[in-house]
Formats: sequence, C-alpha cells, structure tokens
Amino acid sequence: MISELLINAFLVTIMLSIAIALIKTRTVIFTVILTSAYSLVAALMFITLDAVDVAFTEASVGAGISTILFLAAMAYLPKKEEESISSEFIPAFSCIILGGILIWCSFDLPEIGQLTAPIHQHIAPEYIRGSKEDIGIPNIVTSVLASYRGYDTFGETIVVFTAGVAVLALLEKKNSAKKNKSQPKQKIRKNA
Amino acid sequence: MISSTIGIWNYWIVFCLMMIGLFLVIGRKNFLKKIVGLTIFQTSVFLLYITFGKIKGGTPPILNESINTIYSNPLPHVLILTAIVVGVATTALGLSLVLRINSEYGSIEEDDVSAQDLVDYHDDIETGKTLDLKFKK
Repeated sequence: MISELLINAFLVTIMLSIAIALIKTRTVIFTVILTSAYSLVAALMFITLDAVDVAFTEASVGAGISTILFLAAMAYLPKKEEESISSEFIPAFSCIILGGILIWCSFDLPEIGQLTAPIHQHIAPEYIRGSKEDIGIPNIVTSVLASYRGYDTFGETIVVFTAGVAVLALLEKKNSAKKNKSQPKQKIRKNA
Repeated sequence: MISSTIGIWNYWIVFCLMMIGLFLVIGRKNFLKKIVGLTIFQTSVFLLYITFGKIKGGTPPILNESINTIYSNPLPHVLILTAIVVGVATTALGLSLVLRINSEYGSIEEDDVSAQDLVDYHDDIETGKTLDLKFKK
C-alpha cells in the first residue's frame, strides 16, 4: 500500500517539475509539448488512483485531442512569446498567498485513502450496491454516468454543442469581417 | 509520520499546480499561455477530485465475483469524465478566440492588443471632434 502512495508522490512531483518548466519556457512548441506530457503523467496518476476510465479519457482527450487543437492553432500564431513589459510581482505574490492558505487548510483534509472520509459515506455505497441489481453493468462508472446521473451527461452534450457552434461562428466571421472592413474604406475614399 | 506526510503530500503538490496554473492565467500576457494555464489548472482540479475518491487497498470500480472487495469511490470519476470533455470544448473555444484576435490585431500579446485599443479610442475621439466642428460650420 505504501509503495502505491510512493509512486503517486513521485508522479505528482514530476508533474510539478513540468509545470515549473512551463513557466520558464517562452517557445510555443515547447509549451504545447510540455502540456501534452503533463496530461500523460496525469493519466498515469489516475491509473494508480484506481480511476481507469478517467485515465483513458485523459490520455485520449486531454493528451491527444487538445494537443492536436493546440498544434493546429499554433500554425497561425507567432512562434515566440514576448517578455511582458509590466512586472509579474503582484500576480506571483497573490498566487503564493492563496497557495499558502490552501496548504494551511489541507491539514484539515482527510488523509488519502481513509475509508472513514465523508465522501465515501454519502451516496457512493448506494451506487456500488445498485449497479448490478438495477442496471446489470459490471462497470460502475458507466452505470452512474449513463443512468444514475444521465442528466449530467446530457448537460455535457449541450455544452459541447454550444462550444462547437461558437467556434464555427468565430472562425466564420473572420472572412465576413474582412469584407465589411474593405467596404467602408472604399466609401470613405469616394466621399473624399 | 512518513505515511501521514505522504498522505497529505499529494494535496500540497496539487495546490502548487493549481497556483502555477492560476499564475499562468493572470501573470502572463500571451493569450496562448493563458489557455495553457487554464488547462493546467483544470487537470490539477481533476487530480484533487480523483485523490478524494481513492480508498486504501481498493480496486477500480468494476464489479467482480468476490464479496469482500473494496471499490474506490466511482462518483468523482464520473464527474471528472464529464469535466475532461467540457474542458476540451473550452480549450477549443479559447483557441478560436485567440485566432480571431490574431487576425484582427496581428498579435496575441495583451500589451499590444490593449495599446492598439487605446490608439483606436483616441482616433475615434479626434475624428468625432472634427466631425462636430464640420457640422457646426
């Protein structure tokens, strides 16, 4: 049991070092690759934390599709990030303060893996018991996702649809905006 | 002592990761880096949730024949599955916004964009004044 937690602590420390590298790098391609690596290590962590379904999804969607999206967007964008003029002291300071408060609060959190933690007492035992009798699917995550909390998945579908429509609208407007821009200029010239 | 430190270690690092994500969002002026920061923040929140769902000596929540199996909590897994997909939708929307900003302003640095906005604003004020003067004459 302790070895599992040790593997966990090791992986999460790798994630921390990737995140620190992300702060330091100024090249866009390195940023994208580091983000992808971060998602993959997160997927490994999900496996050691018994969340196999989440690990699949994170590896395929988080490390796969979002990297493809970033690479596709990167083709149209500047390749280097500029040094900012304004000081980064105030954001860094406020983040450190907030992180300190969160770490101070973490002493009240239950230790990892305690069976007596409040989260395990509520409705999860009901789902585990009911999954076989009510729905008959061995994978509890599937039965909760599709049946007990199906409305969540429905809401997710609506969000994804809305985001797709918004992306189409934004990228569509790029062409029509150019037309609109060129027309007023001609009018002004005619008036002049 | 060691086991209790390891028991809380995950939370500490996850909070550090969250703060790094937040810093990338509010501290960096490059819009692409801000979206990367959002992704980092999201993934660290996922880790926090999954960490809550872990039970010592538990197995993944897939039913098997033996009676005395302890299953890890499936509820956070379901919530995070939904959140991952929604997160990708958010990333796609943010990236298309960045592309649009780049095609309008020719830059994705916040300083450049706000400087150009300021110039446009003053231009508008000046042209408005000249129009008013013409109208009065």
